[in-house]
Parts: sequence; C-alpha cells; structure tokens
Amino acid sequence: MAYVIEMLDITKTFPGIKANDKVTLQVEQGSIHALLGENGAGKSTLMSILFGLYSPDSGSIKVRGKDVRITNPNIANALGIGMVHQHFKLVHNFTVTENIILGLEPKSGLVIDRKKAAARVREISELYGLKVDPEAKIEDISVGMQQRVEILKMLYRDAEILIFDEPTAVLTPQEIHELMGIMRRLVKEGKTILLITHKLKEIKEAADYCTVLRRGRLIGTVPVAETTEQQMAEMMVGREVSFHVEKAPANPGPTLLTIEHINVRNAKGLLGVKDLSLEVRAGEILGICGIDGNGQTELIRAITGLATVESGKILNKGKDITSLPIKERTGLGLGHIPEDRHKHGLILDFRLDENFVVHSFDHAPFSHAGILDFKAIRSNADRLIAEFDVRCGQGGATPVRSMSGGNQQKAIVAREIDQSPDVLIVAQPTRGLDVGAIEYIHRRLVAERDKGKGILLISLELDEILDVSDRIAVIYGGEIVGMVNAAETNENELGLMMAGSVRKVS
Amino acid sequence: MNTRSKLFVPLVAILLGFVLGAAILIATHRSPIDMFYAMLQSVSGKNLRADTFNPRYIGEFVVQSMPIMLTGLSVGFAFRTGLFNIGAEGQLMMGSIAAVGAGLWIQAPPVIHVILVLLAAMLAGGIWGAIPGYFKARFNVHEVVVTIMLNYVALFLNNWAIVEVFKSVDRIKTPPIPPTALLKSDLLAQLTNGSRLNWGFIPVLLSILVYWFIIEKTTFGFSLRAVGFNKDGAQYAGMKVNRNIVSSMVIAGAFAGLAGAVITVGTFSFGRALPAAEGYGFDGIAVALVGGNAAIGVFFSGLLFGMLKAAQPLMQSQGIPKEIASIIQASIVLFIAMKLGIEYLMKKLKPRKAVTEEVES
Repeated sequence: MAYVIEMLDITKTFPGIKANDKVTLQVEQGSIHALLGENGAGKSTLMSILFGLYSPDSGSIKVRGKDVRITNPNIANALGIGMVHQHFKLVHNFTVTENIILGLEPKSGLVIDRKKAAARVREISELYGLKVDPEAKIEDISVGMQQRVEILKMLYRDAEILIFDEPTAVLTPQEIHELMGIMRRLVKEGKTILLITHKLKEIKEAADYCTVLRRGRLIGTVPVAETTEQQMAEMMVGREVSFHVEKAPANPGPTLLTIEHINVRNAKGLLGVKDLSLEVRAGEILGICGIDGNGQTELIRAITGLATVESGKILNKGKDITSLPIKERTGLGLGHIPEDRHKHGLILDFRLDENFVVHSFDHAPFSHAGILDFKAIRSNADRLIAEFDVRCGQGGATPVRSMSGGNQQKAIVAREIDQSPDVLIVAQPTRGLDVGAIEYIHRRLVAERDKGKGILLISLELDEILDVSDRIAVIYGGEIVGMVNAAETNENELGLMMAGSVRKVS
Repeated sequence: MNTRSKLFVPLVAILLGFVLGAAILIATHRSPIDMFYAMLQSVSGKNLRADTFNPRYIGEFVVQSMPIMLTGLSVGFAFRTGLFNIGAEGQLMMGSIAAVGAGLWIQAPPVIHVILVLLAAMLAGGIWGAIPGYFKARFNVHEVVVTIMLNYVALFLNNWAIVEVFKSVDRIKTPPIPPTALLKSDLLAQLTNGSRLNWGFIPVLLSILVYWFIIEKTTFGFSLRAVGFNKDGAQYAGMKVNRNIVSSMVIAGAFAGLAGAVITVGTFSFGRALPAAEGYGFDGIAVALVGGNAAIGVFFSGLLFGMLKAAQPLMQSQGIPKEIASIIQASIVLFIAMKLGIEYLMKKLKPRKAVTEEVES
C-alpha cells in the first residue's frame, strides 16, 4: 500500500495544552481521507504542521516515502501540498485568472501573458469539471464559485495533495453537493484529498478513510464504507451521541409573537421581506427554512429591532413592538441568538463575565445607581458557566476571543436563555459546531419549548429544521411559500418549496 | 493580550526610543551622558556635573506634564469608544477662551471663582467635542476630518477673541486675570524656587481618578467600551451607540478644555494670541498611545513626555540639540505602533529561553 503522506507520532505542545499527542496519520495515494474531531481536537494543528505553519516538537513526516522537514509553506507547495483555506484569500477586484496566477505570472517580455494564463485556467477548469469563468471578477461570483477558484489556484500550482479546511461551512446544500462531485473527480484524476470537517454526513458521502482525533490524541482510522455515522460520532465525542432530538409532541398554547404583513428592505434597498405574516405560539418551535439570502436575515433583523420595518406590524403578546428600540424589546421578553456570533452575539475583547451581562449590566443586581457590581457579575458568570457547561480556561475572566466557537455559542445560548424570554429568536444556532455541542443546544431549545416558550428557529441546515421544529415555514424570495407540520413532511418536499417550485400553505 | 505584554510593550518601546536618541548623539559626536544628565536634572533638580540642586526644575517638569496628561485623557477616552480625537488641541483652545472669559467677567470669592473658571473651560471644550461627535453619530462623518478642521477654527477664534472680545492692548496678551480666578500659589512657587508650579495638579489628578472610575466602574463606561470594541455587538445588546459616541466626545472635550484652563490660569495669568497651535493635542495622542488609554498609564506617560519637554532647555544649555527630545518622543510612538513586531520578538525569544532552562535542569 502506497502512502503519499505519513505523519508519524507527531507531538505538538502549546503553553498549557497538548494539541497533538503522538498522532499518526497515513494517507493513501488517490483517496479522500477525512480528518474528524470536535472543535479543539487538534485537526487544524496537525494540518498546520503538514503545511509548514508550525513545527512539531517530535515525530516525523514522510511524503511519498521520503523523510521531509516542512519548515514553511513554500516547502509544502514544492512538495505538491496545497491548502484550500476556510476563509478564502482572494483579491476581490481581480478576475479569476488574475487571482490564480498571482505570484506566478506567465510573462511575454515585460507584460503578463493574460491570454496564455486564461487558456491554462480554462483547460484545468474543464479537466476537473469546475466550470469557472476565467474572466469573471471575484466580487461578482458566488461563494461556491470563489471556493473553486481557490481549488484552481492549487491545481495551477500542480498540487497533488489538497487539504480542504472545513470547505462546506460557507456553502449552500446544492453547492456542497457539487463540491463532493468535484472532489471525486479530482481523486479520479489522481489527486489525493485531505478533508478536515466535523460533518459526518459529508464524510459518509465522499471520504474513503476517516481518522478521528479527540483532545489531541489519535482515536483511530477507519474505512468509511464499513463504519456508520453513529460509530464515527462516538469515536469523536467519546460517548454515545443521539442524532435524533428527543422530544414529546408540542403542546402549543396561545400566540406569543405575531407578524402581520411586514415589508423589510435589505442592504441593497430592495424589499428583502415581502408582505410576510407568521405566528409563533407558546410551547412550540417554528422552524424557518430556505436557501441563504431569501429574506431570513431581514426577517430576523426586523423582529429583533436591528432593522426598521417598511410597513406591517410585529406584536409580542399583543403589544405592538414594531418600532420599539432593541432594549425595550428585550425588556418585553424577546431573546435573540444572532446569526453572526462574532459580529453581533459577543464583544470578543470583553471577558466572558462581561459578555454575560451585555443586556442587563445597567440594572440590579449587576449595577446600582450606575456603578457596576463586579461581585454580582462574577457570580452570575460562575453560575452560567456551571449550568451551561461553558468550557473556558479562566472562568469568568476568560477573554471570549480565546474561547472555541462551540463554547462561544454556548455562552450566548446561556445568556439568552437565562434571561428567560417568552419568545426566543434563534438564528443558525449550531453553525460550525461539533456534534456534542449541537446535541446540547438542541436539547436546551426543546427544554425551553417545554417550559412554554415560543421559539422561532431560522436555519440553513435542513436536518436541524426537521429535527428540532414542530411546524416548518419555508421562505423563498422574502415570502412564506410553505407551512407544514414537521412530522408530516420530508426533505424532498421542503427542498422543492425552498427552490420556489411548490407552494403549500396549510 | 495579557497584562504582562500590556506593560512590556510600552516599556520596550520607551527603552528603544532612548537607545535610538543616544545612538544619534553618538553618531553626531556628542555625549549621550550629557543628555541623560539633563533629563535627570529636569526631574530631580539635581545637577550632577556641578553638584547643585535647584527645585525650580521639578516645578517646571510638573507644569509641563499637567496639560499633556489632560489631553492624553481626552484622546484616550475617545479611543475607548473607538473614536480618534485629533481635536484635543482645538478643545483645549476653546477651554482657554472660556477660562479667560470666566476669569475676566465673573466676580466671585477666591476658591469659587477658580472652580467656575475650570467648569466654564470644561463646558466649552465639551461643546467643541460634541460637534464632531454629533456629525459622526448623525451623518457618519469621520471624526478625524471634523476635529482637524475645528482645530483651525478654534485657533483663529482664540486669536480673534484676544483682540476683539478681551481687548488686548498689545494684540498678544489679554489684560491680567484677577488673582481670585488663578490657580497660582505663592507657597508652591516658593517651595520650587520660583517655578510656575500651581494648584493645577489637583484638577489633573482628580481627572485621572474620574477617568478611571468612569471607564472601569460605571455602567456608562461599560457601554462606552462595548461600543469601542464592537459597535454592532453593542447595538445588538440594545446600547445606544450614537448617544454613546456623542457623550464620549463631550467628555473627551471636557478633559482637553480643562487643560486649556490649567495653562491659562495656572501656568500663565492671561489669555494669549498664538501664531500656531502649541501641539498639546498631538502630545496627548502620544501620551494616550504610550499609556495604553488607561488612567494610570496616561499618568506615567504624561510624566515621561513632560520630562522630555522640560529637559529641552537644559539639554540646549549643555550643547545637546533640543530636537533630540522630539526625536525620542517620535520614535517611542513609532515603536509603540510596532506593537505586533515587539510581541512577535517576545514570542521568538520565549521558547528559546524555555529550551535553555530545560538544558540547564
């Protein structure tokens, strides 16, 4: 068996943490090899070592059977290792071709030979079925397309081993599907792919082998075809995981949140939400599914007060909140777990205890007559950290920026649920989180529902919507085009409605 | 960043600044020892060469430090809310005009008169700071542009007021402000052998205390810091972002306005027409930057830059060009701006140390 990459007994220690503890990874030539692990399990560290960003404390690396020392990314490139980063590194006002040749420009005399470059890009693009227009500007093409440009960049540099760092985090379901096709095509042409992810479904769909890490240690490498998702999840988390959200049938009470015929403009000044009406009742979870960019963001912003409503009404327990400031909406029992946890959900440079009180710092018990009560703020943090199992190095004093994504999200969930709002607007609560954290957050949401709260869940993950919601509304082009009971629908029906080809409002 | 590097980076930057200044002196065949003697003398009053002691130097050193601490607080306060206040100079000048007005036109008993003068100066500076704050909040006009332009408006308003409003005879100085309105102190002047040291240090120290208290202890400071770190996050949490921007600029302006009063009724006893801005505002930026926008940091960096200012005449008298002090000041700011580079160096040095320790043990 020919291994193209062998990382043997790699150990890497950072201050206070062993990020990799004698990890061995062997990748076969021409396979898709997944690297699975929770946030902070050491996947990124291992890949950074392979890519020359870190040097290991001990252990050795072999590429195509030869011992190598990769001390910087240029050496990795020379060995044919390329990395498609999670956050693309593209120049936005350059064309696709210009981005790809950046740093390796083919020249004729003193000028760049664009024609030759574009022809080469087109050739590679067709070989692997990437369907990228070499003349398009980056700012004009979709996120999925931009990712293909990143892939093309690697191929243009003759990379044989491609590392994909959580490539699906930013893609729509359709784009994910297409990416899987592209990866298979790449492998067919003799490339080797290392896929970093924590999405089991994608591993099952695309990968040949899967190496699982947990807390910096190697748990094992398994052939994907012979392993179930359940088994992989257990290896990753270290205990049994239930994918299915355990919940009793909903017992809906009176209507809490009423949205009547609202119109909301988006960032471009166009109507992002058109004449939309919805009701959320006590004791139910109403899921909103749809393809990204169909008005979800505008809807959330309108309900929570981050955007103004053009026309229409929003009522919370019968009280008109359409034009109230955010603070008053919060005071009337509206909680919000925002879509973008770094932009809105957290003040990253604040400490954890300060982040817990961003809504409530200005009244008792956290302040008296304008003076902060740090004792109360700290004990509040200790309580929430214990109750919601937020993992943080220094308790309430932990800088939030240094926490993992999953724990940042848990902190937000803790803060919002703890305020005990009657209506909770939950947007993308599990994006980028690992199975364990997802399971936990889903359980908490159902628990809140069972306490008689009304929850509006907006998510791009169809599985999440189907698992957690009681009723499902489908949003398309800023309108609700479908309203179904979660128990009586399936992925196919929702998919058709999300694409706008079927309407069903019962 | 942890507290250790918060302290470490400025200290390294200051050290490098002095090393650079000394290196330039050596390169131009002058003795850096003379420079350090001059600096020591300006802080302690002790002349090591002639073995004499003159406390007047200490007084002048404090006098130089007071206004730039206040403009440092002004810049730092705005910065904590994410605003760059280049306008401390103008706010200071408005404060100075108001101080002259309150000094000449109001009649009140000694202590009360001074307090009224200081309050008037703070009010004027606050209003001058509110203007860019309002434009930023309402129309999203960048505060750097507005504050720079208002500096010129304030300078020419000052020079016009000295002549037209306060009826200056020589077109440079206003008539003397009555002693009830002055921070002057015979006692302090006597103690420091006739320096211009005055009661101004009391409002300055109070300001540092107030700054610390507002930023660290109050709900208002909490929301200001939240806005400074993440505007969107603060808005999401229901904080009034625009109101915070205006309030922050008003308070920043008040600190600078107070500096104007400390100069006019403390260092001097009359209003002055100026050919050009005196640079207190820019010194304030340097002080805030080196002091890490923290109250205690501004206090110490204010002393540092006050020393550099006060040492200049002494350096000149010993044959050291006084510009070297400005070079040191500028290079400290430059090294602070290279914060990331210094932190990177720290990191590079650290593991090596760890390795050697291991070898030793």
